[in-house]
Amino acid sequence: MANVFTAIGNWVNERAPGLMPVYRKHMTEYYAPKNFNFWYYFGVLALVVLVNQILTGIFLTMFYKPGAATAFDSVEYIMRDVDWGWLIRYMHSTGASMFFIVIYLHMFRGLMYGSYKKPRELVWLLGMFIFLALMAEAFMGYVLPWGNMSFWGAKVIISLFGAVPLIGDTLVQWIMGDYNPADATLNRFFALHVIALPLVLLLLVVLHIFALHEVGSNNPDGVEIKKKKDPATGKPLDGIPFHPYYTVHDIVGVGFFLTICAFIIFYQPTVGGWFLENDNFIPANPLVTPPEIKPVWYFTPFYGILRVIPDKGLGIFAMFASIVLLFLLPWVDRGAVKSIRYRGLGYKVALGLFALTFLLLGSIGAGLTGEWIPKLFGATADVTSIEMHFGWLLVLMYFGYFIFLWIYTAFGYEKTKPVPERVTGGGGH
Amino acid sequence: MSSSLTTRIKKRPSLAALLNKNLPAMMRKAVLVFALVALATPAFAEEGGLLPSGTKVSNIASLQRGARLYFNYCSGCHSIKYQSYSRLATDLKLSPDEVLKNFAFTGAKIGDQIVSSMPADHAQVWFGKAPPDLSLEARAKGPDWIYTYLKSFYLDPSRPVGWNNTVFPGASMPNVLWELQGTQVAHYAPAKPGEEPAVEKLELSSKGRLSGEEFDAAARDITTFLQYVGEPAALKREAVGVWAILYLAFFTFLAWLLNKEYWKDVH
Repeated sequence: MANVFTAIGNWVNERAPGLMPVYRKHMTEYYAPKNFNFWYYFGVLALVVLVNQILTGIFLTMFYKPGAATAFDSVEYIMRDVDWGWLIRYMHSTGASMFFIVIYLHMFRGLMYGSYKKPRELVWLLGMFIFLALMAEAFMGYVLPWGNMSFWGAKVIISLFGAVPLIGDTLVQWIMGDYNPADATLNRFFALHVIALPLVLLLLVVLHIFALHEVGSNNPDGVEIKKKKDPATGKPLDGIPFHPYYTVHDIVGVGFFLTICAFIIFYQPTVGGWFLENDNFIPANPLVTPPEIKPVWYFTPFYGILRVIPDKGLGIFAMFASIVLLFLLPWVDRGAVKSIRYRGLGYKVALGLFALTFLLLGSIGAGLTGEWIPKLFGATADVTSIEMHFGWLLVLMYFGYFIFLWIYTAFGYEKTKPVPERVTGGGGH
Repeated sequence: MSSSLTTRIKKRPSLAALLNKNLPAMMRKAVLVFALVALATPAFAEEGGLLPSGTKVSNIASLQRGARLYFNYCSGCHSIKYQSYSRLATDLKLSPDEVLKNFAFTGAKIGDQIVSSMPADHAQVWFGKAPPDLSLEARAKGPDWIYTYLKSFYLDPSRPVGWNNTVFPGASMPNVLWELQGTQVAHYAPAKPGEEPAVEKLELSSKGRLSGEEFDAAARDITTFLQYVGEPAALKREAVGVWAILYLAFFTFLAWLLNKEYWKDVH
């Protein structure tokens, strides 16, 4: 048997001699730092979720029927009459939310250990484009079941483009193909969701990984392992081959992650209305507005910014700016030290506040503050006013992070600790 | 619905006063709309005290009792169009004959979807609103809402059908379970000056066929049934889940052992 495999291998190698070097470059001879910690699982987990979304998506498209008159019924058909259809659908809907959980943690890892800094700016930029494509993909996917939140969510989000000067209204109609989200909207979103954006996503993911493998992975110490090589072999002293060490390592993380996902899929598929919203079990109805129109949880931090700024145009500008600034992070942060372990106290506090701000903006976007404020300030409290003023503070803190970071690092205020020559910890012990 | 909201507005003198000021008609309309939206949310929050339904979808006996009640009292008006009789037979462990004999009053066949025989346009005239399909009611509103709703009807002569509901004020539906529950009347809290009194509690004014506890159990059975109808796959989902999780946990354990073995080399 082994001979057969060797023979096939040789046969392929003779005809495509370039394949094995590619495999070696990205797997067995890609040297990754040996001190990866918990935070370094989320890249591979994102890849696992992406594969899950594509595979389950293929099966869903076999039964889903795009169209305003058919979409909702076909989803219920999948949930009830297609063998294991409910499982495929829950894997896809849970996967959507897990995708964002994993991506947000992956991005936060990048901030903590300075993974966006030179020489990895391109890796970061490609990653940000993945994030953008993912948001578009998720939004369009959310419209497809054609529940009432699908309809009203689509209406609110698409109408944001109405703020574009001069062509706003025309643009909104052009996107929807109608005066309201309707059959035409649903069909084009289906096309974009199942083929156009997945192609873009896959291409970007490949580029993201290739760009990473050119410069090599960062690590929790922010030490460049390529600087210390074994003089005899030319391999990084602190690096280990990605395969097999990190493949077996990642399988453990993937197994643990899938166990959590299985618990959600089988026992809490709606996660109390957070992953699948109650109002989306009501068919789309242009005449009945849901009690509260809000996006799914993963858009709420950005939606929170929009919600607390009374001027529509300014709110939309701030919301887009909040994402654009993330793109510019490698040039905003001028500090030489990468890892939070050796950075100044100011950076640690600022990053902590930034993460907290992101979560609190999300709570406003999700409408949680409507419940919290009366509990904190009494039943007579003016919820709207308190939420708005608190929201302004949060918006200032969000943008303040970038301003602070630039001043703190560009003018030499940061007091860093010495960075070690070699990575600390890692390995079996 | 709208009439109950307008009575609610009267309760807030400041707003009523605001509306009566010399505002142009258009503007007054706009303020009214905003006030309705603003007041609707806290109004539901006040009445948001839902009772725990205590349903368990895997309880087949409860599902069977719930189905019987549903087909006797609800199915005349409300469809559950995503559910078929045959699926009901399979999941509730009944024979097709039992299902057809006991539940299919419309001459339906076993493979048919469960649709009420009431024409929607007639219902519109009779109740002011066609009774909604209840296939996904439990998913949209939650079992606690259904359970509390079924228990919260009271006599209200001001309503077209003579009934009102504290969970869903202004509901178009009469209390179809009154024979079982008896009739409830509302006790109002002492009205504050310038406000209409709010319902403080409901009291049984005449007894029904069932005791309080028996009626709670009946309401719970109907709720369980609608919860099942909302997601028939839940029965299988919960049964299969344990094995999927155990398998993945075991797989993760093996992967961990493998990882430990490999990483022995790394120093």
